Amino acid sequence: MEGNKVVNFLRKYMMLIATVVVILVFYFLTGGKSLLPQNINNVISQNAYVFVLGTGMLLCILTGGNIDLSVGSVVCLAGGVGAIILEKNLPWPIAVVAMLVMGLLVGLWHGFWIAYVKVPPFIATLVGMLAFRGLANIIMGGYAYQVSDPAYLSIFGGGDNCYVPDFLAGIGPATEFNKTCMVMAVLIAAGYAVFTFINRTRLIKKGYKVDSLVSQIIKTVLIVAVVIWIGYKLANYKGIPTVLIWIALVLGVFAYITTKTTLGRNLYAVGGNAKATRLSGIDTRKVMFSAYTLMGVLSGFAGVLNIARLMGSQPTYGLGYEMDAIAACFIGGASAYGGTGSIGGVIIGAALMGIINQGMVIANTPPNYQTVVKGIVLVLAVFFDVIMQMRRKGSKKKNANAVENGGAKA
Amino acid sequence: MAKVLLEMKSITKTFPGVKALDNVNLRVEEGEIHALVGENGAGKSTLMNVLSGIYPFGTYEGDIVYDGEVCEFHKIKDSEKKGIVIIHQELALIPYMTIGENMFLGNEQGKKYNIDWNKTYAEADKYLAMVGLTESSKTLIKDIGTGKQQLVEIAKALAKHAKLLILDEPTSSLNETDSRALLDLMKKLKSEGMTMIIISHKLNEVSYVADHITVVRDGSTIETLDAKTDDISEARIIKGMVGREITDRFPKRHDCEIGDVMMEVKNWTVFHPEFSERKVVDDVSINVRKGEVVGIYGLMGAGRTELAMSIFGRSYGIGISGSLILKGEELTLKNPRQAIKAGIAYVTEDRKGNGLVLSNSIKVNTSLANLDALSSGSFIDKDKEYLVAEEYVQKLKTKTPSVEQLVGNLSGGNQQKVLLAKWMFADPDVLILDEPTRGIDVGAKYEIYCIINDLAKAGKSVIMISSELPEVIGMSDRIYIMNQAKIVGEMKASDATQENIMACIVKSGSEA
Repeated sequence: MEGNKVVNFLRKYMMLIATVVVILVFYFLTGGKSLLPQNINNVISQNAYVFVLGTGMLLCILTGGNIDLSVGSVVCLAGGVGAIILEKNLPWPIAVVAMLVMGLLVGLWHGFWIAYVKVPPFIATLVGMLAFRGLANIIMGGYAYQVSDPAYLSIFGGGDNCYVPDFLAGIGPATEFNKTCMVMAVLIAAGYAVFTFINRTRLIKKGYKVDSLVSQIIKTVLIVAVVIWIGYKLANYKGIPTVLIWIALVLGVFAYITTKTTLGRNLYAVGGNAKATRLSGIDTRKVMFSAYTLMGVLSGFAGVLNIARLMGSQPTYGLGYEMDAIAACFIGGASAYGGTGSIGGVIIGAALMGIINQGMVIANTPPNYQTVVKGIVLVLAVFFDVIMQMRRKGSKKKNANAVENGGAKA
Repeated sequence: MAKVLLEMKSITKTFPGVKALDNVNLRVEEGEIHALVGENGAGKSTLMNVLSGIYPFGTYEGDIVYDGEVCEFHKIKDSEKKGIVIIHQELALIPYMTIGENMFLGNEQGKKYNIDWNKTYAEADKYLAMVGLTESSKTLIKDIGTGKQQLVEIAKALAKHAKLLILDEPTSSLNETDSRALLDLMKKLKSEGMTMIIISHKLNEVSYVADHITVVRDGSTIETLDAKTDDISEARIIKGMVGREITDRFPKRHDCEIGDVMMEVKNWTVFHPEFSERKVVDDVSINVRKGEVVGIYGLMGAGRTELAMSIFGRSYGIGISGSLILKGEELTLKNPRQAIKAGIAYVTEDRKGNGLVLSNSIKVNTSLANLDALSSGSFIDKDKEYLVAEEYVQKLKTKTPSVEQLVGNLSGGNQQKVLLAKWMFADPDVLILDEPTRGIDVGAKYEIYCIINDLAKAGKSVIMISSELPEVIGMSDRIYIMNQAKIVGEMKASDATQENIMACIVKSGSEA
């Protein structure tokens, strides 16, 4: 049983431990440079698209290991549309809405073919990958467009001034240190801790099973420490990047959808056993349709963030983004057969990929080696997942027997 | 006396919670056709799986003596090397490969990196001729009928140099002519010195080919009949198959009032989704009253599941015709969702494949068919969900540490309870239970029976599909008997005996 506990612990936190190890490795390899405030800021801004697209990809993968290959092209297409609108000096909200609608249309298109015509997702989205890339080229006429609307850039995380303004700068001694950012981090951390323990007492009162107090405290302290640490680092640079707010918003909304709504529940059920789900009176076609529609909207939104960060749009933007998103999901523990995976996993997967990318750039790793390393990380992640699954199956048999025997005695 | 080729001595095989085989003995003489008969779940297939090494040496107790030596088979290849080849009930042929490719799959001719196709097809043609097929071995499997596919299976076995051939329900998917051809082929192979074991439900076929008949019941061998000296009439074999005494295995239903007709199905006909000329349900009319338990008995493949699933929102079959009347109102249900809304629930026989999401918790599975009741808009009230799951765990006495336990970790009986809980929570008027006690042990069966009684008492209508005769007789108020896609009999449970139900089936089978 003790051995089991260790295995369970490792299984649950394997990728978290790996992330910490990777951070430490790069810390020493780069002589501490990788954890400079500016670099932490960059990891977040540069990988915003991985968080957003990974979230959408998770929905698709949950339905049975289905992927969407078109997201890179859709990011480019939506971005192109947005950049053209912005170039014409139209108000930026029009551009944002246009990009989201573009994504939505693509999502509906894929959803229709996949859910209702039953075209295999791989093929349907491969078509999308080719066609939407081409369409983006056609729309942009092969040219690059500049985005220079200052309001747009600062709201969606591009240019020099894309940080939440320091409202509290006037209070106390005047320093470079961003007080708003620090205060926010402390508030979030405190709020999290308080919420956790209020929830815990509520659950205990209702007689539900909860984690042991010690493990709950350790977990909370760790999360609080990480939030405050990141807040401190960011405060030492320029404050909260606006893009972080968008990432948090997307992750928060979809964490809620996947865990607390019927749609989320249905995504897991379809991936776990599509036949049983259909026979439970759930329209599995609608579930598939929703997954790909949401993926489309999120691709559109990734386009919004992308042209802000790159301050323009080019026909080659978004190449290979689909692979980063897929990798983030699998590194984060989503099953390639569907039915398991979580937004928490996507966060870890995307962060791990981002940290490795950034670390290698700072450590001057030649670019060709960088992709090799990313590949190895992915295969290791899946490998660990597979052995942990096998271990668990072994112990599962014992469990089933134990339940059976316990029952016989009772 | 002829030489004994195979002797299985005191074979005992236990699965968690169930003793599938209990001290089984089987003697097969060289050059005979030995039939193994028994009800579904009696342990015939388990015994053959032990013999062929699917359940490896060490997972069972007892000895297998083959050709004079004690054998330890760790995998199928081991037993095949000795010439023991099993042909499974479901055909294991790949439709888009040729006959020749299928025949030597895993046993390729020539070298591993250079398959000798000329030799493959020449050899294949030779074996095809032995089973009387004139097709070229380059024909694709999908282009020949099921009867011929079965013969290809036998040719494939011969190509493995089989000395002992085991045929598991070889005629279950064949029509009368093809079946007869197959049985005659068996006789011909016997005259050439082949030893065969046949597992079959069709007792007329058994009497036709077998030299010895071993009856298996509840995991034990009951008797072995000799075709030359003993009476091997169908009635005699049936007696051996069902001869167990029915004691208090079924709880009684007291104070249960049977009311008006709740659901009625008239002239219901369903066609197979792939072989669209084949009728799987043929002009069936049944009804069930409020508070009544109606049993549908039939052997596997009789069309019971197809009937149930087609009623449940057309979730099986094509070209469905007939009328469905629920509470006096004629309805057209297009999908499971509408069926559930109308008050019908179908509890599948295949709980792992069609019933439960094994990677989800008890809680999530319990609420799956009726999430609407637990959510406002599309937001799930998780507290309520937890309480509901708790409630059903207690009500059905599901053995589990918590409702967060993954269903995949539970034993069969407890999984079945979760499946029942899911459908009870959907609060239907009519529950169709398809083999509700398949593969679970006796204690859990009794608990499931109690749940069925409670449902009937609460005024639900229960249709129970089962291939266990005692269960159907012990639990039902009324019984329909189904065979070859048709209802071939209806009787009150008080009039039913195992013999007259079986007789009903045998009679309809010989008419066809």
